[in-house]
Amino acid sequence: MAAALVWSPAEAQQAHEHAATAQAQAAKSATAFKPKFFTAHEYATVAVLVDLIIPRDQRSGSATDAGVPAFMDFMMIDQPRRQVAMRGGLALVDRLSMSRFGKSFVNASDAQRRQLLDEIAYTTNPDPGLSHAIAFFSSFRDLTASGFWSTKMGIADLQYQGNVFVDEWNGCPTAALTKLGVKYS
Amino acid sequence: MQVIRQPKIYDVCIVGSGAGGGMAAKVLCEAGADVVMLEAGPMWDTEKDSKMSAWPYDSPRRGAATPTKPFGEFDGCIGGWDIEGEPYTQAPGSQFDWFRGRMLGGRTNHWGRISLRMGPDDFKRRSLDGLGDDWPISYDEIKPYYDKLDRLVGLFGSMEGIPNEPDGIFQPPPKPRCYELLIKQAADKLHITCVPNRLSVLTQPLNGRPACHYCGQCGRGCATHANFSSPSVLLPPAQATGRLRIITNAMAREVLTDESGLATGVSYVNRTDRRDYAVRARIVVLAASACESARLLLNSKSGRFPDGLANSSGVVGRYLTDSTGLSVGGHIPKMEHGVPHNEDGTGGAHLYMPWWLDNKKLDFPRGYHIELGGGKRSAPGFGFMGGIQRFNGVGGYGKSLKDDYRRFYGATVGFSGRGEMIPNEDTYCEIDPNVVDTYGIPVLRFHARFSQHEVNQAKHMQETFREIIHEMGGTPLSPVPSKEALYGLEPVGRIIHEVGTTRMGNDPKTSVLNADCQAHDVKNLFVADGGPFVSNAHKNCTWTILALAMRTAEGIARQRNQGTL
Repeated sequence: MAAALVWSPAEAQQAHEHAATAQAQAAKSATAFKPKFFTAHEYATVAVLVDLIIPRDQRSGSATDAGVPAFMDFMMIDQPRRQVAMRGGLALVDRLSMSRFGKSFVNASDAQRRQLLDEIAYTTNPDPGLSHAIAFFSSFRDLTASGFWSTKMGIADLQYQGNVFVDEWNGCPTAALTKLGVKYS
Repeated sequence: MQVIRQPKIYDVCIVGSGAGGGMAAKVLCEAGADVVMLEAGPMWDTEKDSKMSAWPYDSPRRGAATPTKPFGEFDGCIGGWDIEGEPYTQAPGSQFDWFRGRMLGGRTNHWGRISLRMGPDDFKRRSLDGLGDDWPISYDEIKPYYDKLDRLVGLFGSMEGIPNEPDGIFQPPPKPRCYELLIKQAADKLHITCVPNRLSVLTQPLNGRPACHYCGQCGRGCATHANFSSPSVLLPPAQATGRLRIITNAMAREVLTDESGLATGVSYVNRTDRRDYAVRARIVVLAASACESARLLLNSKSGRFPDGLANSSGVVGRYLTDSTGLSVGGHIPKMEHGVPHNEDGTGGAHLYMPWWLDNKKLDFPRGYHIELGGGKRSAPGFGFMGGIQRFNGVGGYGKSLKDDYRRFYGATVGFSGRGEMIPNEDTYCEIDPNVVDTYGIPVLRFHARFSQHEVNQAKHMQETFREIIHEMGGTPLSPVPSKEALYGLEPVGRIIHEVGTTRMGNDPKTSVLNADCQAHDVKNLFVADGGPFVSNAHKNCTWTILALAMRTAEGIARQRNQGTL
């Protein structure tokens, strides 16, 4: 018989939380979203990554609250040229996580995930060994931003006030002009 | 292959339904002509088909580009640089990007509505600096048509009295956005002229069309017809005469001629059933776009015209130019955390910078103007604040990143230069001897090269735009591209202002068309798109295409009434 698989208490806790979250998400809708491009493991990784990039705060919800993983899955099918870089990038993140923590990214602890992101989320990191991961993360961050800020939630957060019919264009309000130090002559 | 010929002989066959074709149809139908118009794409109705008010979240792709909508899925123009089944080729070492519209109204459905007249100097450049050639007509000869055009279509602007930037008959310009005033402040300090823009967007009702409602989405096609497009302004009056027949999905293949060398009609492929058809007409007007019309002429070979129709000079396809173009963005700290308000306005900038310098003191001839961007001019969609590391310097993740997006959103400005390219011997199109499109029609092969004139001009643009950004207290979002990268100059064709391939002139040996845009070799053949341009002033070409097409069509009607045609 093979050696028993032993989890540390922290890992067990992590796995429990992961399962609980997954259950809660599945329960949210009767028919859980089935990704067309991502594997189940990739999709779980995407969900963790996007919320690390855009978390919930006082002004708005998180990237998963805004449906970013489903948006990304759609874009991978819609723009197939993105597929290889996405699949490879996610594999790269897992490989880095494995080499550092002996666990895939979704199974790493929150602190471990952040430790990895502290290395690959900053374009200022000069480590040539991480250039591919940094490039992937930059493009993944861009896609996350596209998916989050283009939702009703994101647009409301940014206080964009256009896309309405305007009877008479009177330019900008005085407060906006004053802040920039300009005025209508 | 059997050609399906229709018995009716029309007075005029117009190829293309965009700016030039639409104008020719309006003028000629109203003059009493029976007109048949061939359009390569489908019907399109802005009232029903426009995505003017769509929110990014109305679509799962959030406004991203698609193969038929390179400017984003909500854009008003079907077509693009790459059209399935319709390739074009590049000569070794050349890059020319050819944007084609395939729909009723062509590229007038999404253009920037920047409506600038060419000035007196622009018609006689060779006389002034020895480069290129003079036009066979002067500003004074085209001015009455610009005036009529202004009254017919409507545009806003301001009376400035700048010598080579003629004023028009303007509606009042909309107030500038607040950051545009900030740009003007910097421009004033740098002695760069900055004045109200000139866009064919109505700020007052005109000829049954309402004023703009300031949603900022002209490029998606205006469902109320408050901006100019051929189907909004030119085709309805033509159709109202009952004398216009529009055939859509008709890919023109060849201009037909008889033994006497006159044009007798046009053969086309119906894109739906892929069969060959022919329409007959007493007069043929090509308005398929500069390069598509040149292609049509070059493909119209016969014993009498072995090098293509109207090409005894060998000039068809030559003298091809585009506007020069490059853009620089800047982050302006002063604009961070701005007071939230609706900044949409019209579909373009409310101010612009016409050419303001004297070339005698510069290392390049001819000028450029500057188009402004920035602020929060449309809802955040696909591509929103891509490359955030250019703003915050690091990228990052988490709550601080989320705050960065909020902080930098709207705190940017952008400057796009649009300049004059001088025709050169190495920039032209010809028929590729080996390649056909899906309809079996031989395709164009492009040769393209910028000269040192354009490269020096591009360097000047880079320096100027960065100077303005610095004057505003900001930071450019990208480094200056290298000399080898031509200082960021977009490839020829990318600005979609390609003209010159069937140029006008008084000498049949060096030009395709005479001063009436009538082929020297074929007296009942005319060109009404950008092809007739002799030079490509930095003024975006549409307004001159329209004025010239009006002049050409009125000339056709006059010659017809006089019995000389």
